[in-house]
Amino acid sequence: MAPNKIILRFSENTSDQPIIYRLVKDYDLVINILKANVNPNKEGTMVLELTGEKYDEGLGYLRGQGVRVQPLAEEVFRNEDRCTSCGACTDICPTSALRLERPSMEVKFDSDNCIVCQLCVKVCPLKAMEVRF
Amino acid sequence: MAIEKTYAEINEKIKSGKAVVLTAEEVIGLVAEKGLTEATRQVDVVTTGTFAPMCSSGVFLNFGHSKPKMRMQKVWLNGVPAYAGIAAVDAYLGATELPEDDPCNNNYPGEFRYGGGHVIQDLLLGKQVKLEATSYGTDCYPRRELETYITLDDINEATLFNPRNSYQNYNCGVNLTNRVIYTYMGVLKPNLGNAHYCSAGQLSPLLNDPNFLTIGMGTKIFLGGGIGYVAWNGTQHFPEIQKDVAANSYGPAGGTLSLVGDLKQMKANWLLGTSFLGYGATLTVSIGIPIPILNEEVMRCVSVSDRDLYAPIVDYGEAYGQRLPSDLGYASYAELKSGTITVNGKKIPTAPLSSYPKAREIAATLKEWLCKGDFLLTEPVKLLPSYRDGIQSKKLEIRNL
Ligand code: SF4
Ligand code: SF4
Repeated sequence: MAPNKIILRFSENTSDQPIIYRLVKDYDLVINILKANVNPNKEGTMVLELTGEKYDEGLGYLRGQGVRVQPLAEEVFRNEDRCTSCGACTDICPTSALRLERPSMEVKFDSDNCIVCQLCVKVCPLKAMEVRF
Repeated sequence: MAIEKTYAEINEKIKSGKAVVLTAEEVIGLVAEKGLTEATRQVDVVTTGTFAPMCSSGVFLNFGHSKPKMRMQKVWLNGVPAYAGIAAVDAYLGATELPEDDPCNNNYPGEFRYGGGHVIQDLLLGKQVKLEATSYGTDCYPRRELETYITLDDINEATLFNPRNSYQNYNCGVNLTNRVIYTYMGVLKPNLGNAHYCSAGQLSPLLNDPNFLTIGMGTKIFLGGGIGYVAWNGTQHFPEIQKDVAANSYGPAGGTLSLVGDLKQMKANWLLGTSFLGYGATLTVSIGIPIPILNEEVMRCVSVSDRDLYAPIVDYGEAYGQRLPSDLGYASYAELKSGTITVNGKKIPTAPLSSYPKAREIAATLKEWLCKGDFLLTEPVKLLPSYRDGIQSKKLEIRNL
């Protein structure tokens, strides 16, 4: 089963509950934490990959605890200040979402064609391609 | 009578705002239209530009003395080691140096997210950089340890000194093996899956002065968004005229420059910390060199276009690393920029590593400085060796001890 990427939003009073522990222990879910910003007594967010038979029950438990659960829409975007239009990503991008415009030789990014494979994120020498959750 | 102009005459025109300045891109059309003689008469200076990763770069730093004083023996900036085997509080930070704890290629391909080049960019951004130093302590320099923060403004000197920049020409890298390779030429896909090149072609400084008629020691240039100078020839300066097996000529290659300038007047958007997946960290350097049109011969050299300039195609899968001869031919920059070239009968996609739009912006900026009269030319103190000097590269042989 492919893992589901979700984003959890905690309110101030759920931040200090052992929620992840319960998901593993009681619902037998496999968890990969991609990003976490959780502090006791503060609002927090966590981005997770979740897999397991009792996935739906697990989400039900989270909601019961007052955690808001949203499917994650990942997006790749270009930091225009960092991109130099060097071109190094243009033959790596599988969909030509990043492409060289001729004759100006400027690199254009069309997010409609982006399949979020994130190859450019790894390859860009100037770290101009970023993932936004 | 043949036209001859001097540096002094051209500088007078620059000062009075009357100099005619074109970029190396603009001049191509003018020469085609008006001919060499008329174009030489009309134009005083041609500007060039390039913006690409250049590993042989770095900065000399002098931190000033702490109390008590210290003869810094080992130095780190944001965890990146700098060479301190010079005077007490001097150090040289190289662009490709990595933090001591970088996993490098242990986790192949390594990411190399931070290195010496990134420290240089952080200094230019005005950020606080952590300075750590250790030493053995002497009677005159008692301190043995130090940990503090510095900024570019806090320290005495920061002199960018790049031993090898501005390659005259560069290889076009391909991969003949059946696995993906991670190189300083970027990610090269298996079985001739792509080709990467790294030159501004017709805008590139040393392709416009192939015989080193004007660029020499002391030439004043655009460097890192500020002013710099040519210090000497670069390391591995082996200027030549490229030839194929049938002795056909494919234009100049092999020259390099050593550059120097005050980092404090350079700009963070013109010197960029850079990371090559699976290879390492480096610095992307911006360079623009003005070429005074002294005579028709200089003009003939700057009028070359991407159709006349060629990159040698080199297999980075095996031939490059194993120091084997590579015979894949040449591709013109016009072909490379078109998006496809043919190698061994196969059509393959190309991509650059050197930003052509930024090279154009550099040449245009330098043109603006010259037109405003802000930037005067310097006559080189000493010209650099050209292909006529026949310098041969030496190889390092592994001898039995
Ligand atoms: S590799 Fe990075 S800097 Fe270069 S064109 Fe692509 S996004 Fe821009
Ligand atoms: S994430 Fe993939 S598809 Fe989207 S721009 Fe980057 S390389 Fe192209």
